[in-house]
Amino acid sequence: MLAVRSLRLSHFRSYQSLDITPDTRPVVLFGANGAGKTNLLEAVSMLSPGRGMRRAKTQDIARTPEALGWKIWAELHSLGQTHQIVTSSEGGARTVHIDEKVTPQLALGRIARLVWLVPVMDRLWVEGAADRRGFLDRLTMSFEPRHAEAVLGYEKAMRERNRLLKDRVQEPSWYAALETQMARFGAEINTNRDFAVDRLTAAQTDTSTSFPVADLEIEHTSQAVSADDLELAFAEDRIRDMDAGRTLSGPHRADLRAVYAAKEMEARLCSTGEQKALLVSLILANARALAQDFGAPPILLLDEVAAHLDADRRAALYDEICELGAQAWMSGTGPELFEAFGDRAMMIEVSERNGASEVQIS
Amino acid sequence: MQERAGREIEQLVDLMARLPGLGPRSARRAVLQMIKKRGQLLEPLAKSIAEVSATARECMACGNISGLETCAICNDPARQNGEMCIVEDVSDLWAMERTSLFKGTYHVLGGVLSALDGVGPDALRIPRLVERVHQHNISEVILALNATIDGQTTAHYIVDQIEGSNVRITSLAQGVPIGGELDYLDDGTISAALKARKAF
Ligand SMILES: [Zn+2]
Repeated sequence: MLAVRSLRLSHFRSYQSLDITPDTRPVVLFGANGAGKTNLLEAVSMLSPGRGMRRAKTQDIARTPEALGWKIWAELHSLGQTHQIVTSSEGGARTVHIDEKVTPQLALGRIARLVWLVPVMDRLWVEGAADRRGFLDRLTMSFEPRHAEAVLGYEKAMRERNRLLKDRVQEPSWYAALETQMARFGAEINTNRDFAVDRLTAAQTDTSTSFPVADLEIEHTSQAVSADDLELAFAEDRIRDMDAGRTLSGPHRADLRAVYAAKEMEARLCSTGEQKALLVSLILANARALAQDFGAPPILLLDEVAAHLDADRRAALYDEICELGAQAWMSGTGPELFEAFGDRAMMIEVSERNGASEVQIS
Repeated sequence: MQERAGREIEQLVDLMARLPGLGPRSARRAVLQMIKKRGQLLEPLAKSIAEVSATARECMACGNISGLETCAICNDPARQNGEMCIVEDVSDLWAMERTSLFKGTYHVLGGVLSALDGVGPDALRIPRLVERVHQHNISEVILALNATIDGQTTAHYIVDQIEGSNVRITSLAQGVPIGGELDYLDDGTISAALKARKAF
């Protein structure tokens, strides 16, 4: 079981304060637009490493006009253990405490696996590769938390290399020193992503689900995938990259392609409803695979989940979430969108009063 | 200024508060304590600071800081054993010395390579390092750089510069935490990492 059992917020976005104690059922947040539903989901997303589901800067999260910084306390049940997580920012970088010890953010990934779907991702299959890569990396991280370290290490070394390229520095040893590290992290990234795609593929086909199977493929920018090949490729690309002022190929440019298997149709050509169904299918496959690998499905954050799903699909999704035993946090405007849950979900109404968000458990 | 202790004292508090590990409150406490113990603390401290200010300098050879042109380690013939340990900062050198395990000499780089921070090989003491390795018949270079991206970039760069010159290149064993600085590690951890060093 992986579930948030207590959540307190202080000066987080529209919440002056909040104190809720969810049980292990899925959590439904309903209420008018702008009431603060997404802000609450975002707070939960901060229990994983990184900038949360809005990729926000820490200073933008603080409630205005007070601008006092913000703080989240959570009690997390993870595989039979209870952890106290406190994360906050007083304007600068955010700090994380797990069980009262100062901890690097990356350590969150080992106890809290989180995956989210937000409305902008409804266009994931038609937008640029960066968003798909980000989605793939988030799923990959849920399987292998150290993926985050590989991605950060790769990006840091690449930013250094890009600076050398931009400044047209001619210093082969310096490039080689950076490229060695990019190659090592890059190969690790490729291996992790391949593993995630394999697990997702297996988890989609080994089950009966009402969501369509997506055939996945990672598109690389070149043949170089292994550490040795990547290192050679980076060295060969130096002159070309210098003209561009940045690193043109490598794992940071890979793309995730999906095909609606039953129709043999590229995801980007499918209808809006089908595209959403494919995304949900992957999220559910991820949850099933993690239930096997990690011992519990991840916490799911599904913002405006009902959009583009008809009543049957919604009911099927809720059934699968309950069957998985996943703590899914979902939002939508009206409670009627979640009727099919019956009493299998905790219903929370979110409203705004005097410029602050409030919740009422119904 | 909340407490009007006089301009001179406030200035001292202000300077002390800039020291690592001290904030305005602890600086204020420290200053008060020194004034109360004028004979035991304040006056010897003032004298000591003046002396260090007049004599402290970087060792011409290794970059260590001492009162001599060439530091005691570089001057000690017993330490010319063919082993040279490369560290980022003087604080790392002092951390290594705390363990009393390493019997060779050092080379302090004075930082790490970082294109984004505008630190290149010439800003570090890398050319001087290459020179020293050749001049002093060094048989083993031990890289004791931090496990950060910049630290490792620097390590790879140095290896590239001295490779092929019949020098064994090793690095401190893993187990030194990512981003961990030598200065923050306990002596036992450093000793273990030094004993278990591996070919880079
Ligand atoms: Zn010296």
